[in-house]
Amino acid sequence: MQQNEFIKIVLPFKDKLFRLAKRLLVSTEEAEDATQEVLVKLWTKNESLNELKSVEAMAMTMTKNYCLDQLKSKRAGNLSIVHNNYTDSQASLQQKVEDEDSLSWVEKIINDLPEQQKLIVQMRDIEQYEFEDIAKILGMNETAIRVALSRARKTIREIMTKTHNYGIA
Amino acid sequence: MALHNIEKLIDKYFEGETSIVEENELKVYFSSSDVAQHLKQYQPIFGYFSQAKEQQFTQEIPLQAKKRNVVVWLSIAASVVVMLSAGMFMYFENSTKANHFVACTPEDSPELALAQTQKALALVSEHLNTGIQSVSYINEYENSKNKIFKK
Repeated sequence: MQQNEFIKIVLPFKDKLFRLAKRLLVSTEEAEDATQEVLVKLWTKNESLNELKSVEAMAMTMTKNYCLDQLKSKRAGNLSIVHNNYTDSQASLQQKVEDEDSLSWVEKIINDLPEQQKLIVQMRDIEQYEFEDIAKILGMNETAIRVALSRARKTIREIMTKTHNYGIA
Repeated sequence: MALHNIEKLIDKYFEGETSIVEENELKVYFSSSDVAQHLKQYQPIFGYFSQAKEQQFTQEIPLQAKKRNVVVWLSIAASVVVMLSAGMFMYFENSTKANHFVACTPEDSPELALAQTQKALALVSEHLNTGIQSVSYINEYENSKNKIFKK
């Protein structure tokens, strides 16, 4: 497969990979690194790509796995670096201003969800994948995905209505 | 769209039962300016979903991996050449001085049988001699013993 051919295949979904990575890793830089890493891995598979039914689903799965691995190793690393938490103890002024914006509130709530629910909300509500495709990417059955999705949506609603009624919590 | 309908869709939505089409209807409804007062609380949720889809991956796609493949294949080819040449060398070295014997009986050709027998005996004695040679070192022990324990 030639480079431009590969890029043509990858182009329609590379943004989705990036957004999925960002949902899990939060930091833009790390998400960019993860996306590049996954694309390079895909490129090295090259020849076998033609046989795949959906390169996109495969790429999404790879991104998910890569990010979860990243998070795992980072968490393990964090235990040893105790004093790194100084600077973030108080949110910056900019952060506070952003928090008052209700859209970033939603983002914050989603980012606080468990990883699996984050993945599902990202793929369903933002990327609008069908349940069938999500099931394939995550290797779960559709019912479990519906349940997790419903739980996630209700959590978002609950926290949103709280802030709606009492102002910013 | 009828408010009643939207409320139904929202209930379905939170149960995780809406289809993509229905979810798009909700998105459209909440992006419009006339959202019912009691539904306003949901507006940011759908607003965020639409906004989050706008983010793009702007980095370049680094595709240099092909080069590494060439290096790998080159090294494999090189090692194969080395192994082959070593093998060939050993093989020819052996075969040039190999001891060929041909199956025959003295009735067929007495000369050939004699020659081969002599060759075989020579071979045996050659190997025997190398054996004896190394045994002859044992005499050294006898010599040194005699030096120390003089009779």
